[in-house]
Amino acid sequence: MAFSAFATATATEQAPRRASKVALLLLLPGIAYLMLFFLVPLFSLVITSLQAPAEFGDIGEFDNAFRWENYTTVIGQYSAQILRSFLYAVLATIFALLFSYPLAYFIGVRARPYPLLQKLILVMVIAPFFISFLLRTLAWKQILSDESPVVAGLKALSLLAPDAFLTGTPFAVVFGLTYNFIPFMTLPLYASLERLDTRYLEAGSDLYSTPFTTFRTVTIPLSMPGIVSGVLLTFIPAAGDYVNASREFLGGTGTTMIGNVIESNFLISLNYPAAASLSIILMAVILVLVTAYVKRSGTEDLL
Amino acid sequence: MLAEAITAPQPRNRRQLPSFGLGKWLLPLYTTLALLFLLIPIAYTFVFSFNDSVKSNISWRGFTFDNWTGVCKAQDVCEAFGNSILIAFVATVAATTLGTMIAIALVRYRFRFRSSISLLLFLPMATPEVVLGAGLAAQFLGAGIPKGLGTIIIAHTMFCISFVVVTVKARVSSIDPALEEAGRDLYGSPAQVFWRITFPLLLPGIVAAALLSFALSFDDFIITNFNSGAATTFPKFVYVAASRGIPAEANVIASAVFILAITLVITTQVSSTLRARRLAAKS
Repeated sequence: MAFSAFATATATEQAPRRASKVALLLLLPGIAYLMLFFLVPLFSLVITSLQAPAEFGDIGEFDNAFRWENYTTVIGQYSAQILRSFLYAVLATIFALLFSYPLAYFIGVRARPYPLLQKLILVMVIAPFFISFLLRTLAWKQILSDESPVVAGLKALSLLAPDAFLTGTPFAVVFGLTYNFIPFMTLPLYASLERLDTRYLEAGSDLYSTPFTTFRTVTIPLSMPGIVSGVLLTFIPAAGDYVNASREFLGGTGTTMIGNVIESNFLISLNYPAAASLSIILMAVILVLVTAYVKRSGTEDLL
Repeated sequence: MLAEAITAPQPRNRRQLPSFGLGKWLLPLYTTLALLFLLIPIAYTFVFSFNDSVKSNISWRGFTFDNWTGVCKAQDVCEAFGNSILIAFVATVAATTLGTMIAIALVRYRFRFRSSISLLLFLPMATPEVVLGAGLAAQFLGAGIPKGLGTIIIAHTMFCISFVVVTVKARVSSIDPALEEAGRDLYGSPAQVFWRITFPLLLPGIVAAALLSFALSFDDFIITNFNSGAATTFPKFVYVAASRGIPAEANVIASAVFILAITLVITTQVSSTLRARRLAAKS
């Protein structure tokens, strides 16, 4: 007892120095891991993106160099796919926001008096996460396929031309991207709408504002942090996705996205520098867009 | 009216809110339809796990339990599933340990380079998966490391750490430091204070983080595809089989995992709500 009291006393005396040592011990393994397997790979990607084909080498053999024209080559060759990726990702983000906002509003505001109902609806929103990402995308492929009753029904109602098809079209890819990332949009929206003080809405209507004006000038600004995180969480994975746009899933020959090009260059044609420079371009564009967007919407403390 | 607004227990009052003139039932109706829409592919996968399919599981050929009773007849599906479980388990243990340590340090200690460390933790979540996957693959290629189960585990641990830190950090900051101080005042050694006070209080956060890591790792395809070499996981099996038809056994495994996960989540949600209601009734 006396000994442990003594030990504690010395420990308190040395507290600041000890504390920083403990902090270092706690941080070191995880931070070292992230440096080694996240930061260093980003540098390898930069190095790879500048490599030149090895002289007399086989396919897939490259030497370190400073071939900056790798970048201009891939931009020239794949500009359509790069633009398409960002267009599809923007569309999917907008559709996911339009789909999710009323849903999140219902869960976070209207269902607030019923906590159990709130929780059960939230479970249903994240339920798609519990079934394999690839299988749920394939399920949509079957549902949207030419022989499915859905397509036959749309044709019978003349909503779809008799010779039209859905799979393999940009529509199907944007649809798949939207569906797959809806929970990423709904959850942050819910989190901020759940904290919305409904007395502000009552104040709005007491001051003779129309419901729409209240929504536009009170609800939307108050839920802005949720909108910003939802947009980021949807846009980033959608821009880099290559499953939905792949020909075996919802895409076709005309829907190839930047992710598909990176995958085929890296894993099939073994053109590592092209895959690496496209990855760097994707990452750079996303970082620029995200920084600009976060600055504009005025929520800079996301983490 | 005014008095009622002031005295009404906010925010759990049952008063109807302005509903934008859309009618009282429009929003609940929309929510119901939206939820049904979200569940369509799940129902499809589940129904087709009972399909009496021959090779590809595309058109309905009749009802059977055979796929469920003999899942491992499709050996490659079962092997891929086993690999996925193994990878998810190891990556979860590693990421949860490393991430929890970082979360404790971030909340409890002051140190230099704090903002750079926060950035290092945030960036993996803001990087598209193709870039993470291609980067690691380029590094393994440059270092001459052969791809396989080991490289998949390394990759999964990497992207799970940040999610663990975010989840556990929220829990650490909710713990009252006075509880640990009381432990120290009562002559508890630092180890005793940690294992008897801090750790049990942290446990719900750690469990949530571990479940999240497991789910992320189990369902990951994009990063795995770049770093797996010849090794196969359940999502990779589905991707490779997609062009020649997925066996119904894959639907069985996905449906079984779904039922297990959803039961677990619903049970914990319902029991925590009921417990909160009981506590509220007592006080």
